[in-house]
Amino acid sequence: MGMTFAQKILASKAKKRVVQPDEIVEVSPDVVMSHDNTAAIIGIFNEIGAKRVLKPNKPVIVLDHCVPAANEKYAANHKRIREFTREQDIHNFYDINTGICHQVLPEKGYVLPGKLIVGSDSHTTTYGAFGAFATGIGRSETAVIWATDEIWFRCPRTIKINVKGKFKKGVYAKDLALHIIGTLGADGALYRAIEYSGETVKDMEISERMTLCNMSVEMGAKIGYVEPDEKTVEWLSRRTKEKYEIVKSDPDAEYERIIDFDVTDLEPQIACPHTVDNVKMVKEVQGKKIDQAFIGTCVNGRLDDLRIAASILKGKKIAKTVRLIVIPASMEIYLGAIREGIIEDLVRAGAVVLNPGCGPCLGAHEGVLAPGEVCLSTANRNFKGRMGCREAYIYLASPATVAASALTGEITDPRGYL
Amino acid sequence: MKEIRGRVWKYGDDINTDVIFPGKYTYTITNPEEMARHALEDLDPSFAKNVKKGDIIVAGKNFGCGSSREQAATCIKYAGVSAVVAKSFSRIFFRNAINQGLPVIQCEKAVDRISNGEEIEIDFEKGELHCKEGKFYFSALPKFLLAILEDGGLIPHVKRSLFSHHLHIL
Repeated sequence: MGMTFAQKILASKAKKRVVQPDEIVEVSPDVVMSHDNTAAIIGIFNEIGAKRVLKPNKPVIVLDHCVPAANEKYAANHKRIREFTREQDIHNFYDINTGICHQVLPEKGYVLPGKLIVGSDSHTTTYGAFGAFATGIGRSETAVIWATDEIWFRCPRTIKINVKGKFKKGVYAKDLALHIIGTLGADGALYRAIEYSGETVKDMEISERMTLCNMSVEMGAKIGYVEPDEKTVEWLSRRTKEKYEIVKSDPDAEYERIIDFDVTDLEPQIACPHTVDNVKMVKEVQGKKIDQAFIGTCVNGRLDDLRIAASILKGKKIAKTVRLIVIPASMEIYLGAIREGIIEDLVRAGAVVLNPGCGPCLGAHEGVLAPGEVCLSTANRNFKGRMGCREAYIYLASPATVAASALTGEITDPRGYL
Repeated sequence: MKEIRGRVWKYGDDINTDVIFPGKYTYTITNPEEMARHALEDLDPSFAKNVKKGDIIVAGKNFGCGSSREQAATCIKYAGVSAVVAKSFSRIFFRNAINQGLPVIQCEKAVDRISNGEEIEIDFEKGELHCKEGKFYFSALPKFLLAILEDGGLIPHVKRSLFSHHLHIL
């Protein structure tokens, strides 16, 4: 019997011939990502009594969660992180002028097929879009990896999601991700690896594959994975000269489940408060008034997403009752959007464009909500209190749906605006 | 840590880390006692005020889903909770709880038979849970995870081993 991608990677890293699902192995990750929470990790690292980061080339640290610092506490955390990276010779450090970690790591060439990447952030699953084994871990274990270069993993069972059909106009990878989560549920892939395959995934751009893998954790998945192909290789050729080996599941690998989706008749989807699996068709909640629209985050802050938003908003004005916040996922994307005139189109339409980072997604700053307010967002979470207020309501949808809704001031199917 | 007995706080499915410990506090509150004062704040504001040392949280499926924030486990532990029993756990929360020295028990059959406020007993070694409606069995954790719990979490566990020999977490 052959092995799945997850089995193969863990076997190779644990220096074993075979690893079975549910087997526990000890491995050294290739890359250890952390962000603003690095300040807390430094505290834990010091508590262990470790003096030096064992492999200073492995941590990649990106300030993104609250940049620039919103208050003294954040500022002190950032300062501590900058000092630590200097003391420990950690050169893979990206300050507040870079972007969201999950966009920055691929852009800077850290995310390669066959790599084992851990991150002290749940959306680390994003990197599976490039054929890496990438998953979120906690702060304490991140500190322990700095000190020991070791972590344990249980080998996950794998669910294969086969997708066929062509998206209709106005329907995107985000709609598919929401549809899958709505179908399988918030624990539908708990502790599982998800392999996305089929003609629809093959046709997707890298940014869309990132959206799928990013959202995998919203069904509890340990990793998301798309088998690298010529698009992956081409994308990476512009980012790194480092050699890599593509790891694929064996043809006779054993899957726990194989689930088929057909996007031919898929309509725009929306996750309603307060869980990501509370998914409906946009037309079912059409007309619901919104106070804020937010386009950005590690799910949908890429150039393709901003292009779609600008194509809907160009030459028009958003509703007077709506605030539109736009945050490019990285400085590179921001510059691309400036070059293409997207930023001007968005600003003229009434958007507030903020610097690359996580923005209000986790409720720290830059557009937190007031009690009773409704936000339609391109983010990945709509939990109660997520955007800073437990009496607010968050809906999640594609950039097209958010842009069209910003124009009308209410939840709107984007297909009439493209 | 062989056996514990405690009063139950019962909750539903998919309790996420945002309602356990709101994101707005994740970078501003660093003291674990202060974290405990906000435990479950957006789920049940009465919890932090009334929780007593030794109490046990019992919940449905996918407990701790969402963000990787370790404070979700820290705040529950420092609130005095002695264990969390659930039908299933989100994987990062499961790791974080063990790493914080907070016992997590997956016992699907027992959850629907336990009522809010009742006293239950858990025997970790035997893998038994006793509640009003009877006795239920759960799979004991692997030995290396029990060892982390016994030491009070990953950091004390690593401190113990790091400076004696070359460390293997397993």
